[in-house]
Amino acid sequence: MSDVQVELTVNGQARTATVQPRLTLADFLREECRLTGTHLGCEHGVCGACTVLVDGEAVRSCLVFAVQAAGSEVTTVEGLGGPDGELSPVQAALRDCHGLQCGFCTPGFVVSITAFLRDNPRPTDQETREALSGTLCRCTGYQGILRAVQQAAGAETAR
Amino acid sequence: MTAAATGDGRVEAGGATRYAGTRIGRVEDPRLLTGRGTYVDDIRLPGMLHAVFVRSPVARGRILGIDASAALALPGVRHVFTAADLNPDVREQWHTSVGPKSPETPRPPLADTDVRFVGDPVALVLADDRYLAEDAAELVEVDYEQLPAVVDYTRAAQAQELVHEAHGSNVVGQLAGRPAATLADVFAGAAHVVTDTIHQQAHTAVPMEGRGMVVDYSASTGELTIHAATQAPHEIRLFCSRLLGLPEHRIRVLMRDTGGGFGQKVMVQRDEMALMLVARRAGAPVKWVEDRRENLLAAGMSRHEHADVSMAFDPDGLILAASIDFVSDCGAYPTPWPVGTSAAVGMLFPGPYRVPAASFTATTVYTNTAGRVAYRGPWQFETLAREVLLDNAAREMGMDPAELRRRNLLRTDELPFANPNGMTYDRITPLETFEQALEMLDYDAFRAEQARAREAGRYLGVGMSTYVEPSTPGYGSYATEAATIRIEPSGKVNVYIAGGSTGNSIETTVVQLTADVLGVAIEDVATIQGDTAVTGFGAGTAGSRSGSMTAGAVRDTATILRERMIAIAAHKLEAAPEDIELVRSRASVRGVPGASVTVAELAATAYFDPYSLPPGVPAGLEASARYTAETRSVWVNAAHVCTCEVDPVTGGVTLLRYIVSEDCGPMINPSVVEGQIAGGTVQGIGGALLEHLAYDEDGNPTATTFVDYLLPTATDVPVIEYGHIETMSGGPGGYKGVGEGGAIGAPPAVVNAVADALAPFGARITRLPLTPESLAALVPPEALR
Repeated sequence: MSDVQVELTVNGQARTATVQPRLTLADFLREECRLTGTHLGCEHGVCGACTVLVDGEAVRSCLVFAVQAAGSEVTTVEGLGGPDGELSPVQAALRDCHGLQCGFCTPGFVVSITAFLRDNPRPTDQETREALSGTLCRCTGYQGILRAVQQAAGAETAR
Repeated sequence: MTAAATGDGRVEAGGATRYAGTRIGRVEDPRLLTGRGTYVDDIRLPGMLHAVFVRSPVARGRILGIDASAALALPGVRHVFTAADLNPDVREQWHTSVGPKSPETPRPPLADTDVRFVGDPVALVLADDRYLAEDAAELVEVDYEQLPAVVDYTRAAQAQELVHEAHGSNVVGQLAGRPAATLADVFAGAAHVVTDTIHQQAHTAVPMEGRGMVVDYSASTGELTIHAATQAPHEIRLFCSRLLGLPEHRIRVLMRDTGGGFGQKVMVQRDEMALMLVARRAGAPVKWVEDRRENLLAAGMSRHEHADVSMAFDPDGLILAASIDFVSDCGAYPTPWPVGTSAAVGMLFPGPYRVPAASFTATTVYTNTAGRVAYRGPWQFETLAREVLLDNAAREMGMDPAELRRRNLLRTDELPFANPNGMTYDRITPLETFEQALEMLDYDAFRAEQARAREAGRYLGVGMSTYVEPSTPGYGSYATEAATIRIEPSGKVNVYIAGGSTGNSIETTVVQLTADVLGVAIEDVATIQGDTAVTGFGAGTAGSRSGSMTAGAVRDTATILRERMIAIAAHKLEAAPEDIELVRSRASVRGVPGASVTVAELAATAYFDPYSLPPGVPAGLEASARYTAETRSVWVNAAHVCTCEVDPVTGGVTLLRYIVSEDCGPMINPSVVEGQIAGGTVQGIGGALLEHLAYDEDGNPTATTFVDYLLPTATDVPVIEYGHIETMSGGPGGYKGVGEGGAIGAPPAVVNAVADALAPFGARITRLPLTPESLAALVPPEALR
């Protein structure tokens, strides 16, 4: 199958590339855009480490082809903090609550929690657990991550 | 002495600043939270090729032929290597901690004549990109003669088929303590004897990042650079130098971020050897990054084992003797030699209890499955078996399980205490941690609640476990750790230590400890780790050693510089050295306001004005030292208590409360300690309830995705509550290791809670995992009418 030209916006920047139709969005971001914050933990849509925002929706970039994201606005973990390295409220809460250890799953949690709290700014514990259940962490036992969601929710509400 | 927290998290104690003991934020976090970490898959080198393994689809078979022509015909495919190409390059292959003389399993990097498990690496394809390499791997035609596989490890010793014919048996090895026959009289005369056979299913580390390696060889200089996902960069360098016959100083191993290891990334396995071997043949840098299927197929198996266990009690429930006959499945290529670890299961089986006599046997067998590898608390079966047996004993004797343990747990006034297998425990608090955990639960209140719930047709349970484990091994390659500290000319500090971030927060730990010893502000300290070119040899993250060994290395090195800074400051300020105090990067004369000098000024003097230094003080502010452990191991203990509700119809388990009381000595950073406990505990919960690296009877793996291999999710875990008892170890700072314990204590606590919940049905649990199906089957249908 011949290569396809795609145009999309990644973290606010226009990107144009000629790609194989089978190239996943995750590999497009990692290899073409060199945004290696998006991690691949399973490549079959269970672990959630590769979660990015496509037009605001949290999607697993290992299950989407780059060509499917053509014309979209994609936001990765690199696009969520401030340009000067300032942490977003979700990132800061994860740091405050020891919500990460090895950090490999962390980009998926940062992106997922960001989308979750945008849609549900004051979640209950059960809603939080359900929302996080699609992202796997092997280091923290989720303890600090769950606390971070509550802290970030409080921070958002306080604004 | 009073201590008050300040804004940046440090504690001011009597005028001195102390970062150790505070919940200081991690220095690793800013890069990891913003997607700026550097994991092995993030390494990209010019002209780099991508490697994909061709793996055996059969559990046991003979390779009759390999035809790579179709793969090589694909544009962009550069090489297909087989055993005939790579294996002859092997010079030596042995791990430093095991040594060259251990009776290791022969490990051909690529399978030569035989394949021994599904996933066995047979060929290595190199192509311009990963997609092409995967296409090509599917085009490599391997002709196998499939043979009957040895899959059921409980029958491996008697099987006709041999996993390794040259070994002559499927038994890897056997070790034993005191013969069980010598305890026969004790058991025969005991008021009560309890016996069980307890089985644990195969499950393993499953880090979120799989294994991976980038090799980059320069033929013109003879230098090899390796980027690796590893817990032990120096071990990779040493191993590789032996494997290839390259001088150690021609190899540089780098790792910035590793996405979890939990034991799986301590040792070099066959796939990684193959990468090292292609480095000199590829003509370009080569990257291999394991995908999840490979990780579950070939990165190794752990925990698959069972034992016949017995305990004898006197009429008051005091333990008279304990015996364990342990058998473990080691797969086809255990790494390392598994017999020593299996003996540890036997030797630690008495646990933190007053056990006067014990016997054990430990047998390890080969099967045609993934090889056994280390996983967080590799000998944890001793705790699972003992604690499940104790609960069964309590039920049989009609005694409360807490009371049974209370009567037998070691008291601090009995220490040091040599267990009957010769392990001498000291500086532990088994009874104190146990009582603290029960108090946090309010055990009596829970029993009352449980009784009320049962009347209402709801089945609650409480489970408990205690253990003692040897952390911080103080022998062989693990016995030392080095640090180099440079106070740079500007007064900023760099600490060079083997380390490397694998989720253990070792960068933060090093920065905290160094700031304390030097008396500098924590923001003035950085650390450089995971680069063998600039750090001294260290055995890596294993055996719960990083914190306690690093503390020694930092203490010994920083003390040299502290004394030198004090000498320079005393000279400059015309004061006695003993009157100089170093606080937040400033040296002051105690009791003389205004008489002070900054560390930056001291450094400038040391580097740029050497002739004004006091006599005998060398120029510069750089030092290296190597700490040697003072003891063979640092004992650490904990108690786990958990409660649950079990639905007797569906077999579903809901964990309600989970309490861990541990004694890891003083905490360098309570958040890090609790993070390690939580992570290990949830891995243990996963092992008890969910995770199963299953095979069918022909040796085909049936859990090669996260749809089938179930990791705990946020909906499966309770809030973990922590109690801390702090007993000083004999080592630096009194610190003890805390990395592995959670995974040791959790499985039996969960099993015992579930068994307690189902006790009204007469359920006796001896087999993991506790799936809903297995639990529902323990409840007789008529009991629910």
